[in-house]
Parts: sequence; structure tokens; C-alpha cells
Amino acid sequence: MKKTLALLLSLTLVITMVAGCSGNSAATTNSDVIKIGVFEPLTGANAAGGELEVDGIKLANQLRPEVLGKKVELVVADNKSDKAEATTAAARLIEKDKVVTLLGSWGSSLSIAAGDVVKTNKVPAVALSATNPQVTAGNDYYFRVCFLDPFQGTVMANYASKNLNAKKVAIVQEVSNDYSVGLAKFFTDAFVKLTGDPNAIVATGNYNTGDQDFNGILTNIKAANPDVIFAPGNYTESALIIKQARALGITAPFIGGDTWETNEFITVGGADVEGAVMSTFFDDTNPLTEAGKTFVAEYKKAYPDRQNIPAVTALGYDGYMLTLDAIERAGSADPQAIRDALATTKDFEGATGMITIDANGDAQKNGAIIKVVKDGKFTYLDTVTIQ
Amino acid sequence: MVIGMTLETFLQQLINGLSIGSLYALIAIGYTMVYGILRLINFAHGDIFMMAAYFTYFGIAVFFLPWYVTFFITIVLTILLGVGIERFAYRPLRNAPKTSLLISAIGVSFLLENLATYLFSGKPQAFPNFPLMTTPINFGGLTIQPVSILIPIVTFFIMVGLLFLINHTKVGMAMRAVAVDYDTAKLMGIKINGVISSTFAIGSGLAAVGAILWCMKYPSVLPLMGVVVGLKCFIAAVIGGIGNVKGAVLGGLILGFSETLMVAFFPALTGYRDAVAFVILIIILLFLPNGILGKKQVEKV
Repeated sequence: MKKTLALLLSLTLVITMVAGCSGNSAATTNSDVIKIGVFEPLTGANAAGGELEVDGIKLANQLRPEVLGKKVELVVADNKSDKAEATTAAARLIEKDKVVTLLGSWGSSLSIAAGDVVKTNKVPAVALSATNPQVTAGNDYYFRVCFLDPFQGTVMANYASKNLNAKKVAIVQEVSNDYSVGLAKFFTDAFVKLTGDPNAIVATGNYNTGDQDFNGILTNIKAANPDVIFAPGNYTESALIIKQARALGITAPFIGGDTWETNEFITVGGADVEGAVMSTFFDDTNPLTEAGKTFVAEYKKAYPDRQNIPAVTALGYDGYMLTLDAIERAGSADPQAIRDALATTKDFEGATGMITIDANGDAQKNGAIIKVVKDGKFTYLDTVTIQ
Repeated sequence: MVIGMTLETFLQQLINGLSIGSLYALIAIGYTMVYGILRLINFAHGDIFMMAAYFTYFGIAVFFLPWYVTFFITIVLTILLGVGIERFAYRPLRNAPKTSLLISAIGVSFLLENLATYLFSGKPQAFPNFPLMTTPINFGGLTIQPVSILIPIVTFFIMVGLLFLINHTKVGMAMRAVAVDYDTAKLMGIKINGVISSTFAIGSGLAAVGAILWCMKYPSVLPLMGVVVGLKCFIAAVIGGIGNVKGAVLGGLILGFSETLMVAFFPALTGYRDAVAFVILIIILLFLPNGILGKKQVEKV
């Protein structure tokens, strides 16, 4: 009895394993489908951001499901917000699913982790909201449709110095996240230059992704008495930081970067994040281009009960549309041809603005939107352009 | 390096340390009790803590039950979960080698984590706000949330209650007997299954209380929140001497204070905060291999 049970169980395990493997290769014949890989964090610390980008990509796919007479198939891979998993997910998309180009990922560290895979396999990838310069630096196959952190750091430093009249700033950074550390550094450089005071950053707090207790570092920051606190980091941790800061009696305003703009930032932060200011890529109340207006209209049709349109969804939309445009210009679904077409993009009209790709693979974007949390919603505050 | 700090800031950091230390203590007790009786490191304990947090979240935020009802239901459900896990994943392996039991525990841990990710999505859920507990009160320059004071008080009373149970009741005597010698206790007519189930029930109940208090202080619920917490509390239990309830509380407090004070005195090293737990573990085990309050396990031939 026991032996037969054991045998039956092992058989079930083997069958489920084999069933899982064989599913993919049989269905698709290469010629009528163009496969685009979507590699995003759908679980883990960055899950909300990944989901928002996938929303944008899927919306664009609904509007333009075909290119060059062939159907576009989106193959989604979850990188679990983990750098090691990011490399595996990208490799799987390229080698097993044979995608011709990639979109993603939310989170510069995850995109950087996949950089080598993309370069070695010569498959182009378009990063949607990854702002760290290392994503495209030295990598001919990675492009992006958003602005970069040196720019974002300068924007927020300007905001702190000019709009908030801050002379002393404390920084709280997520050390396990390249984006956070990079952006904090660019902010520091810009702020020190603006104030002329080399000690303008009065305190720095470090934390790791997934931490929930920030009382220790916040108590130190409270003692340093900054005018403003700059906390570029993941949305859940940042919301908890602001909550705990308010509970400790810290009244200084909090400013941050584009990773804050997710619904979870507001649900976790509650009333404490009112007044938090951040830089981002897109404002749905004021789209800069015709493509932007189309995007907003289509989004509202698809999701009538959602109030905010997060900026990274607009970037996801742009990434997809840009990729399709490149495939059209290349005239083929060959990865190398697509890569060359992407590299020569000029004045492509995206929802987030005009996109021209420079020698580095970056979109020459010189405008940022500043938003503030008001009445539990991300509300437009200002547009900043730096020539 | 900032060492010169005001008395205020230092006191504030002490309270931070006490709070988080007490939370670690509550969960460490669960680990230590199960190890004492079964010689099993229940890796799933951190995930039971996580499930308790989700039960509370669902009770209050999804079903809109009043808080006292939710807390009661959470504790009951968590106890059922803990006892259920023992019944189906550990009891059948009672006579198997210890490694199989360990693997089963790890398996349950993965099962719970992935079940939670699948059912509740990987995104953080906001734990509802308890203004009574979280609105900070100010005295003498210190800003403290009522929940930060409640936590050590609750932990203290639970520890006192537990020690009374273990040392002065029949059930407690049975637990101590099983912990000393499993086989002889069976021969003496002690109902082993009952004792083990009660141990798991108590451990899980404490994890539930810990989860409720934790979420009041850190209001975000994630499927993987039990992983790091579970690991740290296991370390706390080992530091204090695994198998010993007082040791677990001591270990939890030591860990909580060390983490917080390291952040207070060496702000540049806050990135290494989690590493402190492991460093302390290594140092203590080097000099006191059985933990601080642990007793030498004598292997009788």
C-alpha cells in the first residue's frame, strides 16, 4: 500500500514537471508572430511598480496588436525584484522564448543585472523607467525612454533649495538599490553646488530593501535637525519611513524620486504622506503631446474607476509603441535590425514627450514633472525643464 | 561617527530597542519551546507570524470586523494553523530521522510563503491604522507611540504567565518531562501528542500576538515579511540558549538593543544592521556554545 502510494506520488510529480516544460514550444510557429519579452518585477518588493509598467505595455498592445502584418505576442517574465532572478528571467526570455526585443525592467538594479545577458545575446532592450546611468552606459543594446538620475537629482536639489529654501538636508537611502544610492549622490552633488556649503548634507541614513524598522536612523536624523529630508527609495519602505518619522515628531518635509509614485505609497503611508513631493515622468492632467492625450483617453476607457494615471504606465506605453515603430523602420523582426532602428530614433512622439535616442541609448528628455500628494492623490505641482 | 548625543536621543533609542527587542522575544519563545520539546527548528514559525498578520489585515480591512473580534479570531486561527501544521507535517515524521523533519519544516515554510504570494499578491497591503496606539505622545522632548510602551508590557506579562505555566502546573511539568527525555516520558504515561500540540498552540498564539503588535507599529503586510523576522528571532533564541523561555526573551532583548544602539552610535553602518545579529550569534557561540542561559546537553550512553 505504502509503496504504491509513493510510486503514484512520484509519477504525479514527474508528469507535472514534464507538462510544465512541453507547453511552450509546440504552440507558436515562428513566422506569423513577433515575440516581445516583458521582464518586470511582479512579486517581491517592487511588485507594484512592475505591475504598473505591464499595464501600460498591455494597453499599448491592445491598441496596436500587429506590426509588419504579424501579430505581436507579449511574453511576460517575473524577475521577482531580485537581481539574480533578473539575469535568469532575461536569459530565459531570450534563449527559451526567443523574443526579438525586451521591455523593462522597473528598478535600475534589475535592468543593470540583465545588461550583460542582453549585450552578449545581441537582443535590444528598452528600459522604461530605469533612471540610473549605468543601465545604458557601455551597453549598445540597452535603450531607455525616460530621463536620467543626474538630471533628476538636479531637479530635486533645485526644488529643495529654491522652492523650500533648504540649507540643510538629510538623506535616507536604500543601500541595496543602485538607483537609490546613485540618485542620492547626484542630489548631494547638485545641492552642495547650489548652496556652496560642503556640509549641507547633515545626516545620512542607510537601510536595506525589506526593512520595516527605521526608528534608529530617524532618531539620528531628528537630532541633526534638517530643513528637508530626501529619501529616494522603494515605495513601501519610503512610506513607512515617513510614517515613523512623523510618529517620532519629525516635521521636516520629505521629498523623493520617481519610485514613490505607486498606489501602495499612499495606502501604506496614509495621512502621513500628505505633502510629500516627488519628481516623475508624466502628468495625466496635462499631457504634453497628442500621443499623450490618446494614451490618457484610452487608459480612462480601459480603467474607468482608477483616478491617477501613474507615470510609469505611460512609459510602458511609450516603450511598446517605440519598439513597434523601430520594428517598422527596420522592416524586419531581426534583433540586430531592431537595435539599429532604435539607436537612430529621432523625434518619436511618445505620451511622455518627444523621444530622440542619443549615442548612449538615452532619450534626450529635459523635462520633469513635480507632483505632490494632496488629499490622498498624486497631484501635479510643477514642470521643470533644464536646458 | 556621532557619539556625542543628547540624553533625549539616547533615551529615544533605548525605547526603540526595547520595543523591537520585545517583539523579537515574543516570536523567539515560539522557536525555543518547539526546539525544547521536539529538538526541531520550526522554520515555518516566521511564516505563521506572517499568516497571523494577514488574518488580522483581512479581519479589519476586508471584513470590517471590530478590532477585538479580529484579534480573537486571528489568535484562534493561528493556533489552528500551528497545530494543523504539526499534525500533518511533523507528526507523521515523529519516528523519522531529524533531517526529514527539518526538510518538512522548510517545505511548510516555502508552502506558506508561496501560498500567501499567490493568494494575497506580492504587493504590500496597508495594515489599518489604530490612532489610539499610534498617535505619539510627547513628554520631556521624547516622542513615543503608546504601542511602543504596550509591547514590552505585554511581553513581560506573557513571559510571567508562561513561566508560571511551565513551572507550576501539570501541563508545564509534562512539557518539561518531554523536553528532558522524550522516550521515558512516553513510558511514564504522559500523553505525548497532547503535550506537543499544546506547545505548538502556545508558540503560534504568541506569534499571533507578536504579529498584531508588530503590524500596529510597522503597518505594512507582505508575504515575505516572516523570512527575515523569523531568522532573527531564531538567532535570538539560540543566543539566549535554545530550549529556555527566559533565554529566548533575553536573546530577543539583546538583539533588539544591539541593532538599535549600533544604528544610534554608528550611523554610517546602518546598512549592516541585519549583519549585527549574525555577528553577535557567532561571538556568543564561540564563548558560550549553548547560548547564554543554555544547559549542556549531556549525551547519555
